[in-house]
Amino acid sequence: MSEQVKFLDEDTDPYATSYDSTEGTIYTVSGGDWDSIKAPSEGKHERLVVNMGPQHPSTHGVLRLILELDGETVTEARCGIGYLHTGIEKNMEYRTWTQGVTYVTRMDYLAPFFNETAYCLGVEKLLGVTEQIPERATTIRVMMMELNRISSHLVALATGGMELGALTAMTFGFRERELVLDIFEMITGLRMNSAYIRPGGVANDLPEDGERRIRETLPLLKKRMKDTTDLLVDNQIWMGRTVGVGYLDLAGCMALGVTGPVLRSAGLPQDLRKTSPYCGYETYEFDIPTQTTCDAYGRFLIRVAEMAQSMLIVEQCLDRLKPGPVMIEDRKVGWPAKLSIGSDGQGNSPEHIKEIMSQSMEALIHHFKLVTEGFRVPAGQVYSAIESPRGELGVHIVSAGGTQPYRVHYRDPSFTNLQAVAAMSEGGQIADVVAAVASIDPVMGGVDR
Amino acid sequence: MTDNSLALNAPGPELDVVAVRHGAFGVSGSGDTSGFGGLTEAVAMPGPSAKPYGGWFDELSEELELAMADRGVVAGAIEKVVVDRGEITFFVRRDQLVGFVQALRDEPGLRFELCLGVSGAHYPLDKGRELHGVYHFRSITHGRQIRVEVTCPDADAKIPSITAVYPTNNWHERETFDFFGIDFTGHPALTRIQMPDDWPGHPQRKDYPLGGIPVVYKGATVPPPNERRSYA
Repeated sequence: MSEQVKFLDEDTDPYATSYDSTEGTIYTVSGGDWDSIKAPSEGKHERLVVNMGPQHPSTHGVLRLILELDGETVTEARCGIGYLHTGIEKNMEYRTWTQGVTYVTRMDYLAPFFNETAYCLGVEKLLGVTEQIPERATTIRVMMMELNRISSHLVALATGGMELGALTAMTFGFRERELVLDIFEMITGLRMNSAYIRPGGVANDLPEDGERRIRETLPLLKKRMKDTTDLLVDNQIWMGRTVGVGYLDLAGCMALGVTGPVLRSAGLPQDLRKTSPYCGYETYEFDIPTQTTCDAYGRFLIRVAEMAQSMLIVEQCLDRLKPGPVMIEDRKVGWPAKLSIGSDGQGNSPEHIKEIMSQSMEALIHHFKLVTEGFRVPAGQVYSAIESPRGELGVHIVSAGGTQPYRVHYRDPSFTNLQAVAAMSEGGQIADVVAAVASIDPVMGGVDR
Repeated sequence: MTDNSLALNAPGPELDVVAVRHGAFGVSGSGDTSGFGGLTEAVAMPGPSAKPYGGWFDELSEELELAMADRGVVAGAIEKVVVDRGEITFFVRRDQLVGFVQALRDEPGLRFELCLGVSGAHYPLDKGRELHGVYHFRSITHGRQIRVEVTCPDADAKIPSITAVYPTNNWHERETFDFFGIDFTGHPALTRIQMPDDWPGHPQRKDYPLGGIPVVYKGATVPPPNERRSYA
């Protein structure tokens, strides 16, 4: 601060300051010290800039909003991000291709299987082994992604509900999500950040009673999902807060690069699962729900409908799961060990340990080389994109022929969609900013990476 | 699989060497007894492709040439075209970038409505073209996806901003500026977006160290990841 700064109540509150600028006197208040501000100078326009976040419970994570207000009306809205930046992309350049999965799963932490799949599809494309991925592995990937879509949308409804005061929606949403997380824990050993999908396939097969337990969970999940969404669909208070709020039409979506439920709420059925299918999505039967309301309520309805569609896909996956390998045959890429879930959550299978420790020296060497050194990926670059719960999740991967990625960049849909906050909330009420942000459903782990 | 490993003295002026490997295991000073210690090998990115590119790439490139001629984008704007792993990459001269992407967006035969942002890449060995801006575009109308790559030298790290054509690139360009130091000229407010405003350096560049501290556990010391044996 310059020498012009003079403290109003320096003894009592060091943060309550005022200083002169070309736009008039600027006051900084931090709460409880409103009286310390003198009346604004005569004839000068009064502007109020409110900082909201990054630790505000209604900003959907560590998002900082800088709002300029005229009474209750937002005249300008800007986002401040970067509070959750952890340098994942940089770190990946110092780990093997397989270890990269452990990093990407932590980006968008509500949709870990999408991060993992997008990355693995890219690595497999670079290796040129896309056609060799076993069918069972691909089916499991699809099933995990669709279950993940349900759990992610449940959190979107839960936190979105909480931010608008619908606390029962929050408790219900998180309770239902727990059912999905239990399935994840059963299959991967972990509820989140599983690092389960690996280049070449998946880390380990479903447990013996896995299929049965998923089938048993689905009816309960379906029933409870209906209970949760019934709380909000046709709820007059919910509609009052969301109908016509956070408006962004098709032209706005296209200009701002917005994808996912926000784009589909503007009436365009753009979904990469249909328009450029991957993982065999073209062989599944499902619909792309759309709305034409362009508002927060439409996005909510789309998420509700998408969960039902995901449920259909999960059922189709279960029907077509046939016994078979879950990792690529190519021993130069496929992780040598079969994992088995031990008492600590996971570990190598006893048979594999027995083979490498007492039967085959070559198998031991191979295991050691692949685990410590990793595999090489021929130089080149690819862009692999999938439809995450929030829109187009794209990964730009560059290989320089080494055992580690040369560059990995995530085009996270939360990051891009968050640019629409200004367009959605300027000119509206301050309370509607919360509804607009919640309808975008940004996950700051993905935004900041 | 494609093999891009080439001898250092391989002919051809167009190779983009991205790495030079020495020895067999990517380590030095460890007493490599394998006999491969003197091995030197250059790794290059896939080279330029010639027509026909195959599939819809040819149709696209014809449309593109017509659109460029219509809009006064010079014919030499495209430095080279690389078709690799089912994806097409246009290397575009930076001074022609804005006109080029305008054609991508507005020409009915191209109609790339969605810009998927700009990613950066730093190739210190690619002399005079160290910094690359890598753009991806998607056409919902035609169901196509392409990559546009623009290079600039480290000494003059400037690429024109395309936010006027694709407003979505606003934050993406800020991010690439933040991480690589590429100055997107004409951007309305090119400030850091992920790192703090007063952060020194641009972290994703290859000359920026990973950092990290050794971890001591029960008397044993584990060095930070960038100091461990990498086999790269």
